Amino acid sequence: MDLPFIKVENVSYSYRGEGDAAIRVIKELSLEIDEGEFVAVLGHNGSGKSTLAKLLNMILTPASGKIFIEGKDITDENMSEEEIFALRKNVGMVFQNPDNQLVATIVEDDVAFGPENLGVPSQEIRRRVDEALSKVGMTEYAHHEPHRLSGGQKQRVAIAGIMAMLPKCIIFDESTAMLDPIGRREVMSAIKKLNSEMGITVIMITHYMDEAAMANRVVVLDDGRIALDGTPSEVFEKEELLRSMGLDVPQCTALVHRLRRAGIALEGECTDPEKCADLIATALGKELGNG
Amino acid sequence: MKNIALGQYYPAKSPIHRLDPRIKVILAILYIICATFLGKNIVSFGLLLVSALALIVMGRIPLRTVLRGIVPVLFVMAFAALFQVFGRSGEMLIFEWRFIHIYGEGLFAALFMIIRIFALIVGTSMFLTYTTTPIELTDAIEDLLSPLKKLKVPVHDFAMMMTLALRFIPTLVEETEKIMTAQKARGADFSSGSLVKRAKALIPVLIPLIVSAIRHAVELAVAMECRCYHGDGKRTRMTVRRCRVWDFVALVIMIAFGAALVYFNILGIGYSL
Repeated sequence: MDLPFIKVENVSYSYRGEGDAAIRVIKELSLEIDEGEFVAVLGHNGSGKSTLAKLLNMILTPASGKIFIEGKDITDENMSEEEIFALRKNVGMVFQNPDNQLVATIVEDDVAFGPENLGVPSQEIRRRVDEALSKVGMTEYAHHEPHRLSGGQKQRVAIAGIMAMLPKCIIFDESTAMLDPIGRREVMSAIKKLNSEMGITVIMITHYMDEAAMANRVVVLDDGRIALDGTPSEVFEKEELLRSMGLDVPQCTALVHRLRRAGIALEGECTDPEKCADLIATALGKELGNG
Repeated sequence: MKNIALGQYYPAKSPIHRLDPRIKVILAILYIICATFLGKNIVSFGLLLVSALALIVMGRIPLRTVLRGIVPVLFVMAFAALFQVFGRSGEMLIFEWRFIHIYGEGLFAALFMIIRIFALIVGTSMFLTYTTTPIELTDAIEDLLSPLKKLKVPVHDFAMMMTLALRFIPTLVEETEKIMTAQKARGADFSSGSLVKRAKALIPVLIPLIVSAIRHAVELAVAMECRCYHGDGKRTRMTVRRCRVWDFVALVIMIAFGAALVYFNILGIGYSL
């Protein structure tokens, strides 16, 4: 297919603030995302990243501009409810607070909620629920009550609930923000698996730089516009610019940059600790070789 | 508090647990009718007592758990029984002292009252609370009331509200604890002073709790919409319940039980009210 999976064209959106003053949070933003991509969206608070997610999911409608998903205009106001659900099921969304997404009192019933709403036949729901739970490693908790699970486990149940609707794309709206480090790791590995093994397009909104570094592409939003767009190493290279927008770079990238500034010749960019260690080892090897 | 139990469901594998929740609701209603209206004489009350004990055994619920459930109504039981003992007059005078007259009829009536209340509690809790999860119960009631959908009664919507309320009890309990701890850390005192003072101390807990409940509700609504929830519509269910032979057998046993009670009442063996 030639068309990009998601195409955002000159979209603007404003919230009604105090005294009816419109606050523009998205300003003539254009963006294309292909099927199977793993895109991280970065931006400090108020940069419009969550609003962008809600626009893609049809929770919000843009004030101007168009959004196409698989070539279909989702901003068309004359769409029937059926069409909206058919489109919305393609773009699932996982939110920040796991507690506010779980509907049922038993894990497997919750996972079944989405397909049940879509009117999927019972046996097919059963199959999808079992598969989704095993994909996120929660099969043994199928009959547990969600409130007895840890944050990371709840969030994985929420992901399974979205997966059971068989979406082509899943948006994670700061889904790891409320989790402890272990929970974050669990959820990140589930997200990576979705993308690499099942080919689901992932759009991950985050403010953790090391999470963004795991994506194939990083889009940085600043004040409702796209400030940077590229591979993690291309984006994190611009440390100064990122810091001026109130953002950080991954620790290992920062380390490499500082070493370089101190006059140590390190070649290439790095966004993960492994690569960083390799770079430093190579540099050390050269130093030793020369000395 | 993370381990708060929803309802009093007691997980076990028993013939009663295995019943279809819809059948259990019907059985509970039939049993309530039997216990309330069909006890007339010593034989039918004896049968009621035996049936209640049989239900406990069949449900594989520890006797201690069942008795703990009866404790809160002991007062009502005692009051009703005493009322019968002292209030009822008859022909078999047993005890007389000044204005107090105790008749045999009164003692029988008190005994019957105790058995009746015991059977009512055991019957409803064995069929409904101990052996059925709150969600199964909600679904069963939705199914049983589904004919009302034709009259445009929003049965599904009420069932969904019930489910969500049950789902959020633990979440809100946790939140209440968090808020109370936060207020205590800033010097709030919930445990001393007059009743009015203590009630006032709870206001700073209630307001943030209500605000957070509303926030939960808004976020939940968006999340549900994202999962294509749109009311009853073309909804399907993962588990489709089908009545099995055992369900019908149980129904027949219950009806036979009711018939037996009526039969013994007509025979009129032993003392009857």
